[in-house]
Amino acid sequence: MAVQEPWNEDRAAEIIAGELGREGAALPILHALQHAFGCVPTDAVPMVAAALNISRAEVHGIVSFYHEFRRTPPGRHVLQVCRAEACQAVGADALADHLRGRLKVDWHGTTADGAVTLEPVFCLGLCAIGPAGMLDGQPLARLDAGRVAAVLEPLT
Amino acid sequence: MTRVFVPKDAAALALGADAVAAGLAPHATVIRTGSRGMFWLEPMIEVETAAGRIAYGPVSAADVPGLLAAGLLTGGAHALCLGLTGEIPFLARQTRLTFARCGVVDPVSLEDYRAHGGMIGLQLAIERGPAETLDMVTKSGLRGRGGAGFPTGIKWKTVADTAGPHKYIVCNADEGDSGTYADRMLMEGDPFCLIEGMAIAGVTVGATRGYVYTRSEYPHAIATFNAALAVARKAGVLGDDVMGSGYSFDIEQRVGAGAYVCGEETSLLESLEGRRGQVRAKPPLPAHKGLFGLPTVVNNVITLATIPIILRNGPESYQSLGLGRSRGTMPIQLAGNVRFGGLFEAGFGVTLGKLVDDIGGGTMSGRPIRAVQVGGPLGAYFPRALFDTPFDYEAFAARDGLIGHGGVVVFDDTVDLAKQARFAMEFCSAESCGKCTPCRIGSVRGMETVDKILAGQNVDANLELLRDLCHTMKFGSLCALGGFIPYPVMSALDHFPEDFRKPHRLAAE
Repeated sequence: MAVQEPWNEDRAAEIIAGELGREGAALPILHALQHAFGCVPTDAVPMVAAALNISRAEVHGIVSFYHEFRRTPPGRHVLQVCRAEACQAVGADALADHLRGRLKVDWHGTTADGAVTLEPVFCLGLCAIGPAGMLDGQPLARLDAGRVAAVLEPLT
Repeated sequence: MTRVFVPKDAAALALGADAVAAGLAPHATVIRTGSRGMFWLEPMIEVETAAGRIAYGPVSAADVPGLLAAGLLTGGAHALCLGLTGEIPFLARQTRLTFARCGVVDPVSLEDYRAHGGMIGLQLAIERGPAETLDMVTKSGLRGRGGAGFPTGIKWKTVADTAGPHKYIVCNADEGDSGTYADRMLMEGDPFCLIEGMAIAGVTVGATRGYVYTRSEYPHAIATFNAALAVARKAGVLGDDVMGSGYSFDIEQRVGAGAYVCGEETSLLESLEGRRGQVRAKPPLPAHKGLFGLPTVVNNVITLATIPIILRNGPESYQSLGLGRSRGTMPIQLAGNVRFGGLFEAGFGVTLGKLVDDIGGGTMSGRPIRAVQVGGPLGAYFPRALFDTPFDYEAFAARDGLIGHGGVVVFDDTVDLAKQARFAMEFCSAESCGKCTPCRIGSVRGMETVDKILAGQNVDANLELLRDLCHTMKFGSLCALGGFIPYPVMSALDHFPEDFRKPHRLAAE
């Protein structure tokens, strides 16, 4: 389960300053912000722009280009499920339908109780043991309805 | 205590390797390794005996007490015993060069790495100097393993001959192709091999700084590689005085953010520079003006990780393997609906049919193979009629396909190729960087056109339109994403036309 800090401008400034010395610091900064706050908070965008001496529009452009950066925090757990071809060959589409039905969310959605965010992913490199997934960074293999239930039930 | 090797490769972890390691810990010295790459046997554990390593698998935590009781620690007989690891047919049939140490060594032990022949290549490069090292790389015939197959020696020479205040070695570890996991396995199982390869590249072309751009979907590879970087720096393999040679070279790992197109080299450079991962027009080549406008070698993980063994064994030895202009070995990754899924490193030339029917053992579902997609989401779907195609860059190209990064995804007879063609266009529309029109707009129109065909609307006219659109994308796109997405679509149309004209679909017309 990801630990998310509440928004704090001083903390954000500290995070940005910590990565600013790198060449091409934008992605390291955005990753560090998302690691701390669970997303790239809207309030952080002008701070990143000022630090990198680029426009807010450019920062927005970067954040929105990359699938991984969120604008709002996810649920308490993030379940990534592979939608790519190797997993399709062993039933990923049916698994995805089952999951969306069970969790009552579409892709990128968070369950009503805030417990789980369902994210599609295109390949986790677990292509010989699919359908594959990852729950809060822990890899999952050979997912089916039974394994999904075993994985989801303990989550709060 | 007896040493037992338990993989911590992400695939083994997904199948419960941590619990197995915990169960064994009170009884043996547990060494965590990478994977040998036989995923139907994971978690596969190995016990060190006088006769050699003896393998057991697939082992679950519940099996551990029974295994111990059966004499696991002396290689005792058990239903899960696979015999000597090196004699398992799937491994015994391979020519493991790049992956020789993967699954064998402790990935973050430099002593273990050196004990298994590591750092000899870098030592040779330092002793012989840039010109001779470059000559060896060129003579080996090594071509870029990321997919494009460009001769590595020529790329390195271009960078070596280009002046710049400093130069970069960029490793492309944005392994986004479905069905591929070689980069992940190597970075989790033998990260020093990549570090050594990059350091050799740095010494050879005069670069002092290296970046590894790893996809965020690989958190375990990222962690292991960072741990290895720290060890290498502390041991003086990286830094201001590489192994006491006077050369300076250091590496930093950067993490992607879920954009497939960043596996394209110019898009990757844009991303490293801190921008949207939009493709750059070539020329200028990255070798001339790459990262931050400076001369840059951009190579795939496997290309760089193959350099040390080439230097160690000599280029002639590597060059003697392979077929035609494809020299050396290729780590082929069997994936999807396949019985024996895993990494099979062999000299180029093995046929697709042998790979999937014989080595891969057919489908996991037990149903007949209907299609095999080779080379990731931009690769063609091949029917059984093309299973005689040898694994070779030119042979696949001659049949309107590509080998890409070596991923082989097997589908059984339940696959619907019209649906796969639609997925190709959908994927391209989601992942297009947006810079060029054929890819950005073409993929959306392509998806819509396949939808119309599937709905039975003006099927003949729309099939013709789809082919025309593929032609435009193939020849009009700026990079391989829009340029190659016609391969899966066209191969589905050419080899599986019946899927686009299913009776229930026509009935809706």
